[in-house]
Amino acid sequence: MLRYVAKRLVLLFGIVFVISVGSFYLIHLLPGNPATVILGFGASPEAKAALYRQLGLAHPIYLQYFTWISNVVRGNLGTSFISQTSVAGTIRAALPIDLEIIVLSQILAFATAIPAAMRSAKRPDGPVDRLLGASSFTLLSIPPFIIIVLMVLFISIKLGVPHTGPSSYVSFASDPLGNLASLSLPSITLAIGSFVVYYRILRSDLISTLQEEFITMARSKGLSQRRIMWSHAFRPSSVALLGAAGVNIGGLLAAGFVVQYLLAIPGLGYTLITAINMSDFLLVQGIVLTVSVGVVVINFLFDFIINMVDPRISRE
Amino acid sequence: MSSFGSPSDSLEQALIEEYSIVERPEKKKKLGLLFWICVGWIGLNVIGAVFASVLPLQNPLYENFSAINLGPSLHHLFGTDDLGRDIFARVTYGARVSIAVGTGAMVIGFGIGAPLGMLAAHRRGRFDAILTTVMYVLLAFPAIIATIAVLSFWTPRSLLKIILVIGIASVPLVYRVIRTATLNVATKDYIIAAKVQGATDRRILMKELLPNIAPVGISFLLIGVATVVTLEGALAFLGLSVNPPTPSWGNMINEARTVLAMNPWLVLFPSAALCFFLLCLNFIGDRLRSHFDVTEVKL
Repeated sequence: MLRYVAKRLVLLFGIVFVISVGSFYLIHLLPGNPATVILGFGASPEAKAALYRQLGLAHPIYLQYFTWISNVVRGNLGTSFISQTSVAGTIRAALPIDLEIIVLSQILAFATAIPAAMRSAKRPDGPVDRLLGASSFTLLSIPPFIIIVLMVLFISIKLGVPHTGPSSYVSFASDPLGNLASLSLPSITLAIGSFVVYYRILRSDLISTLQEEFITMARSKGLSQRRIMWSHAFRPSSVALLGAAGVNIGGLLAAGFVVQYLLAIPGLGYTLITAINMSDFLLVQGIVLTVSVGVVVINFLFDFIINMVDPRISRE
Repeated sequence: MSSFGSPSDSLEQALIEEYSIVERPEKKKKLGLLFWICVGWIGLNVIGAVFASVLPLQNPLYENFSAINLGPSLHHLFGTDDLGRDIFARVTYGARVSIAVGTGAMVIGFGIGAPLGMLAAHRRGRFDAILTTVMYVLLAFPAIIATIAVLSFWTPRSLLKIILVIGIASVPLVYRVIRTATLNVATKDYIIAAKVQGATDRRILMKELLPNIAPVGISFLLIGVATVVTLEGALAFLGLSVNPPTPSWGNMINEARTVLAMNPWLVLFPSAALCFFLLCLNFIGDRLRSHFDVTEVKL
């Protein structure tokens, strides 16, 4: 187990290093002199000098990376030349909104996908299973940006539910219930996407687990169907589910970007797209770095959890 | 078959057996009507996209301010948008972007990922170990975020750049799927037999491995196209795909959101076009996969 964790940690550091190099290099994808592109043509010599100092642009590229990474490690992602605010501060203000949406959506997705998968696995190819299968397959083909637009059209505009329309975000501190309402449509949108994935994976794993001998044994002992499902079949069937949940995080964040953009909810996604449109490249770079590293670390944690559920994996 | 039978009997039996082997594919469960409807729909979309400029459509960029936000009618099948442009023409032209990005990116992804995956699974050893580690690292990189990042910095955006970025981002996933599929085949007896007979690498790869992983490859290709089309839609929705006024399904939905309350048709038609396209692709891919009995590949 320890060896496994150590091996994964080395890999994690490798991946984070690659991500940091990639994020760093983004600035150099800009056509032309980075200073001119970041600051615009009318920039004062002082501003240019400040940027050159901040990014170390006068030095060769590997030295630039070291200047940049040593700042990043100390939590300094630079100062935006558009808004004159610290990039790290902007990210810290936006991040909790993304986390709230993701946590809410995952609670919804697991709370619906697990019972639905169990219901399907109880009688595979029965009417309920077919109905759930067909509807999950259809939902699989509806991208999140269409789901959110349609929900806004029907729920916020036609039904007029308060706090759900575009630009009606309420912070948790000022009005907890309003906050929940304003994040309900994004959470439901993300939950639908996750539900489809979780339902399909858990269903097929449950069906194969239920054919194992220890389940027959449990049945012959006269245990109830519910007891067998939850305390015998669920744990061995949940490894792939957890794997999918870990891999899903990146997609969730990206889907979150889309819904935030539509509803003007000031999370990381909205901040990112606004920054792209305003050519605030240092902010874009900071968000990309934070989000990518976050995704990789979360995947690592999920690997760890999967190991606790099924310790055989680390012995392979 | 009885061991006492005459030679002609056993010959007949052998013929029957041989015949039944030939016949087996015919007896396999049919693909079904829905499958062919989906194929037809995709075909229709492709034809519409390719021949959009030849078909009797209105100009998708022509703005007619005396006919804005109209509902569906005979003159404008899907109505008009807030600038008086014909939505039917725009939806048809919009298919061009989605199909071009979907197929273009997958050509790049499979062009690089599939040969590498097959070669790695066939050769094994150090080549496989290094390549697989590199791909694992790249796969951990959240592809969607990387795509957004590169496209936001690599300006000005063009169709070719979008195809290139998404295509390269898909390489690690294609590599992994094809490598796993090839590994399953490469350990089979007939491959070992071919090796023992002294078949060249080239022959084993092209004649033995390729036909056997093709079903997996094709069904993954279709699902991959659907994923890329969704991604392009999301990028267009965020304003990171082709620049307006060029219509694409994603940027039409993006433009429609500002007049959502006034003209809901505007968002419904491109959304429906995109969803049906994706549904059909996913359905074809899924049906093919179960038809060829592919169970081991986890996507």
